[in-house]
Amino acid sequence: MGRYVARRLLQMIPVFIGTTLLIFLMVYALPGDPVRGLFGDKGASPAVLRSLRHEYGLDKPVLVQYWDYMRGMILHFDFGTQVASGRPVTDILGDAFPVTLRLAGMAFVFEAVLGIVLGIISGMRAGKAVDTVILVVTLLLISIPIFVLGYIFQTVFAFKLNLLDPSVSDATDYSQLLMPAIVLASVSLAYVARLTRTSVAENLRADYMRTAIAKGLPRRRVVGVHLMRNSLIPVVTFLGTDLGALMGGAIVTEGIFNIHGVGGTIYQAIIRREGTTLVGLVTILVLVYLFCSLIVDLLYAVLDPRIRYA
Amino acid sequence: MTTIEETTPVPSPRDAGADGGPLLDVRDLHVEFHTREGVVKAVNGVNYSVAAGETLAVLGESGSGKSVTAQAIMGILDMPPGKIPQGEIRFRGQDMLAMSAEERRKIRGSRIAMIFQDALSSLNPVLTVGYQLGEMFRVHQGMSKKDAKAKAIELMDRVKIPAAAARVNDYPHQFSGGMRQRIMIAMALALEPELIIADEPTTALDVTVQAQVMDLLAELQREFNMGLILITHDLGVVADVADKIAVMYAGRIVEQAPVHELYKRPAHPYTRGLLDSIPRLDQKGQELYAIKGLPPNLLRVPSGCAFNPRCPKAQDICTTEIPRLFPVTEQDGTPVTGRTSACHFWKETIHG
Repeated sequence: MGRYVARRLLQMIPVFIGTTLLIFLMVYALPGDPVRGLFGDKGASPAVLRSLRHEYGLDKPVLVQYWDYMRGMILHFDFGTQVASGRPVTDILGDAFPVTLRLAGMAFVFEAVLGIVLGIISGMRAGKAVDTVILVVTLLLISIPIFVLGYIFQTVFAFKLNLLDPSVSDATDYSQLLMPAIVLASVSLAYVARLTRTSVAENLRADYMRTAIAKGLPRRRVVGVHLMRNSLIPVVTFLGTDLGALMGGAIVTEGIFNIHGVGGTIYQAIIRREGTTLVGLVTILVLVYLFCSLIVDLLYAVLDPRIRYA
Repeated sequence: MTTIEETTPVPSPRDAGADGGPLLDVRDLHVEFHTREGVVKAVNGVNYSVAAGETLAVLGESGSGKSVTAQAIMGILDMPPGKIPQGEIRFRGQDMLAMSAEERRKIRGSRIAMIFQDALSSLNPVLTVGYQLGEMFRVHQGMSKKDAKAKAIELMDRVKIPAAAARVNDYPHQFSGGMRQRIMIAMALALEPELIIADEPTTALDVTVQAQVMDLLAELQREFNMGLILITHDLGVVADVADKIAVMYAGRIVEQAPVHELYKRPAHPYTRGLLDSIPRLDQKGQELYAIKGLPPNLLRVPSGCAFNPRCPKAQDICTTEIPRLFPVTEQDGTPVTGRTSACHFWKETIHG
């Protein structure tokens, strides 16, 4: 197990270098530049632009810029500076991350609890009317784009029924985050439900389920222990990677509901062509994602004893 | 529930059912499956009985209804699509089909237990064997987790698994095939049931391990004086352990006989075919006999005797009239106890 973890951590290095380089190059390839963006339509004298570019190191070749950036990050834990505000990227993430964490956490709870419950109901009654209804609803959720769903929710629950606030004014208020969390969770929820359904329906026919019944175990125990332990293995894997994705922020959902989380910050960085900000943000998110997937892989071995890492 | 102290070296035979009858009595059992293609009649009027300490072997090809009968006795048929339109399954005189689901659950595992064919897929892959064995005590006797584990180690010792205490926390895939089947047996024996149904317990094992497992099963059966229903298609396994045999074909019993009688002189062409298809050393080099054709499709069972399209002795009457189970007699007319045959020409088959 220890060796496996070490190997996985080492494998992260090339992934890490690859993603950061790719992002750096892609941002560099985009037209426009952040220094010019600072002055808006008015423009500035070429001398001022040149000195600012020099200050941020933007006049060097791209690979040198990348090298400087990586060195600063690894040696000084310096993920770069946001050009517009002059603040370090880590500070900006420090503001945005708690908001995203709350939103992602709520969405994750919805996704896991509702998705699994619906999946179990559907899987246990495969082929019946309940199953068909759940399949149709989840298919609908998967096929509706999230911004459409967001606006529908706003229209129905905020403007027509006046139950919830249409947008978030205080990101620490969980009741305001309720609607965006549900919208954000909807697609994953549908996937979790369908994954659980398939898994439950398949394991229901397994030989060990017949054994469990033949042992005279109560139905509660047959389903709760024998069926669930086996059926939830693929679901947990999906949930783990999805948690990593949720942490990366939700650009569209945050935009619709006016939430200033990681997604919104990334969006602004893209608009302003701030390569360093973007790379810094994404680098941290890549690390979070890699960490989540490592945890999931280790969890997999805990859930399924047939898998052993050497 | 009748229990026997573990220290008793030679247990006294348990008394039979409340009405003095056998331990288990299956009467005119029918099982059907309602599928999209139509009604599959898997079991059509099966009668058999098992007494305490007795071993009944149920023999037949795949699809003959032997496993379905066993599952109906256990109450683990999937219903629907399965359905039991008529029949009785009397356990110690009580009809189990008339019991509530909860009553039946309490009997399952504690008074009637089942051993399945493929121990690897029949044991839960993600739970330790100790947990799965201990579950029997925890659920049926309300034992604590710790006591249940101690009991599980005891059980593993009893079925001769080496280093039981060290292996109790292992998972099924960490055991060899023979050891896994021993764990299945231990699980079935956990609460010292009165009846054990073993559904092809040795089919998935290699020959040397087969013998060990069968010996173990026979030994434990003697020790606890249990009734045993052994479902198999392996005639070699049957000869050593069974007291009597019921041969099934297309959901019916076609012949019943004490074990050695059946081997000596079968009274049904199907049984004869089965016996002739065993490879024998003294016939080395000759072509091995095989029953022609395939078992019937249970959606469209042939009219008359279901075996008639494959039977070398078939006559006109075989396609029109379903043979009842005739009591088999000697040539002079004296009855042979416990022998019946569902063949119009049983006399010719056994004596001719």
